[in-house]
Amino acid sequence: MSKDRVAVVGIGQTKHQATRGDVSMAGLVREAASRALTDAGMTWSDIDAVVVGKAPDFFEGVMMPELYLADALGANGKPLFRVHTAGSVGGSTAIVAAQLVQAGIHERVLTVAFEKQSESDAMWALSMPIPFQPPLHAGAGGYFAPHIRSYMARSQAPDHIGILVALKDRTNALKNPYAHLHDHEISFDSIKDSMMLWDPVRYAETCPSSDGACAMVLASEAVADRAEGPVAWIKGTAMRSEPTMSADRDPVLPRGGSDCAADVYRQAGITDPRREVDCVEMYVPFSWFEPMWLENLHFAPSGEGWKYVEDGVTQMDGDLPVNMSGGVLSSNPIGASGMLRFAEAALQVRGQAGEHQIDGARTAVGHAYGGGSQFFAMWVVGSEKP
Amino acid sequence: MVRDVAVIAFAQMPNVRAETVLNEVEMLMPVIHDVRQRAGLDQQQIGFTCSGSTDYLSGQAFSFVSTLDGVGPWPPIQESHVEMDGAWALYEAWVKLQLGDLDTALVYCYSKSAPGPLQEVLSRQLDPYHVAPLWPDAISLAALQTRSLLDAGKATEADFAEVVARSRRNAMDNPNAQLAWDRAEADLLAEEPMVDPLRKHDCPPISDGASAVILAAGDRARELCARPAWIRGIDHRIEPMALGLRDLTVSASTRLAGEKAGVGGAPMDVAELHAPFSPQELILRDALGLGDHDNVNPSGGALAANPMMVAGLTRIGEVAQRIIDGTAMRGVAHATSGPCLQQNLVTVLEGDPT
Repeated sequence: MSKDRVAVVGIGQTKHQATRGDVSMAGLVREAASRALTDAGMTWSDIDAVVVGKAPDFFEGVMMPELYLADALGANGKPLFRVHTAGSVGGSTAIVAAQLVQAGIHERVLTVAFEKQSESDAMWALSMPIPFQPPLHAGAGGYFAPHIRSYMARSQAPDHIGILVALKDRTNALKNPYAHLHDHEISFDSIKDSMMLWDPVRYAETCPSSDGACAMVLASEAVADRAEGPVAWIKGTAMRSEPTMSADRDPVLPRGGSDCAADVYRQAGITDPRREVDCVEMYVPFSWFEPMWLENLHFAPSGEGWKYVEDGVTQMDGDLPVNMSGGVLSSNPIGASGMLRFAEAALQVRGQAGEHQIDGARTAVGHAYGGGSQFFAMWVVGSEKP
Repeated sequence: MVRDVAVIAFAQMPNVRAETVLNEVEMLMPVIHDVRQRAGLDQQQIGFTCSGSTDYLSGQAFSFVSTLDGVGPWPPIQESHVEMDGAWALYEAWVKLQLGDLDTALVYCYSKSAPGPLQEVLSRQLDPYHVAPLWPDAISLAALQTRSLLDAGKATEADFAEVVARSRRNAMDNPNAQLAWDRAEADLLAEEPMVDPLRKHDCPPISDGASAVILAAGDRARELCARPAWIRGIDHRIEPMALGLRDLTVSASTRLAGEKAGVGGAPMDVAELHAPFSPQELILRDALGLGDHDNVNPSGGALAANPMMVAGLTRIGEVAQRIIDGTAMRGVAHATSGPCLQQNLVTVLEGDPT
């Protein structure tokens, strides 16, 4: 069996903000999907199937909302599929959609991910009791702060690394008109002076709660070859999951993330990711995850990720730009956050990322993670047909 | 070109009204162990794992994360989850096996429908701005569908009673059934309606349950199973949710999915239809061209047990098990989701000629 080639031929997203009170959930997904179709030069009737992803349904208070959204997503009489793999879902959803084309089942698949966090309170929806542990954390930051502390202790990283990441991502966001946070006054000191939420994570080192959606049109080789503009070819996709609790696992540098990266690089023919990858969009909801994931995804040697941050390697003008869009730290419609990473990687290799474009980007990585650092989804996209 | 993929093992827990002692993980674990044992595989020998469940029944966000721990995903596995019935998890696994990199998949699903007020919970599925605030319950929506079927002259209450009497009689031979009895159709018709025109016995029981399937591709399936139940076709389609946009007396999405899955190709020995309400069996028979087929829902169907998120995969499992056992050669399984048969999946399964 050989897999059919797949390309991203259309990308759309909403303006992300704290409350999109101007649209319903249907209006929100329709906005992103319509833009993706326009970008692809297609109409609703061109689409064979729709794959929807979002994080827990309690975030909006609608059970299996894709059923209600079938109409808005033009899915009548078509297959409509709903993925939910925790925070990694936006990435997983794109991968499930891509597989429908790879398997030769469909030629044009619309994939959409969204979250309308303003409809409920995600922080408390994320504050679940963990069996055998005292219920002490409020919000995902409370869960991850000990992991970050552990990383700092192991790597001897200085305290200011997280601030540098936040400053970079929030500055990059100023170049992205869709980003939720546009703080023109941001500075090292303003981040340093922001409230400590979950030591060592400060308020300004934390992702916002956003309403937003992202959509992509994925197409077969035959369709992509006829596209008028540049397309992003999918060179590899991978997903890995591991338990929440296992004596063997290391939640700081999880094996699932490492295995996922190794798998996706192998598919894409990448042997030295630091040199061969032009830019990366990784899922960094709390600043310190950038150095952690640089190591977990094999870009930096163990214990050295923070040095890349300090040396400016991950800046827009560095060797390995990370989160050119502003990342999760600047926009976080949770269910869509993974797909936004995947979509930004595709925008970069299409040369259509506007002010946050990396010149000459030919190979880009999109990454998403979820749960207690246990669900991983990645793809590699390129400007050249694989 | 489609790669041959088969169901090689199926397991389910006996369906119950309310599992009050075991939590979802504990409820699911024996089913997972059972299905892996039947296939002769441990978790590390399984290429892909996919599950179906919904947080709204568990009452907790990310509920599937806990059940995955029970499966034993270490070292890390290739895995996914759908907020859909397990039948759609099987669809994702079938697609994954089509890619040719992996040869086996575990599919599982579970739910406790009982802990919350199910009718109120299901109303949270409806249009959140215009319909859900009215809290319409699933039985009332099915009653509207039933009324339109009667008004159109497409069925009679006696037809519904036949479905109910046959299904619950069939369920007496199903050790996993929750509701089984032998009652005359005339007795059933003598009962008062509960939500007019539906009588209580036209409605499914509320069930807690879990089921699981192992898929295998090509030669791997033949190695692991004497008589694999090959998936000859599988397709799913959706319609608008709004009842006013649909002709509720037909199931256009089932008909289309059935055509794509190749239902009309040859006669079926068995059909398992996910029809929670008795009139829906008639709509589905019509959509799939089964007419007065004499072997529909030998398990008793959803009228014998209707665990949410599970009953669809169980229909596939019931057909596959009959092919694996050698008591059927070809069968069709159907799964549904959403109000009044909004979304439907059809699978055609076939054994090797003996």
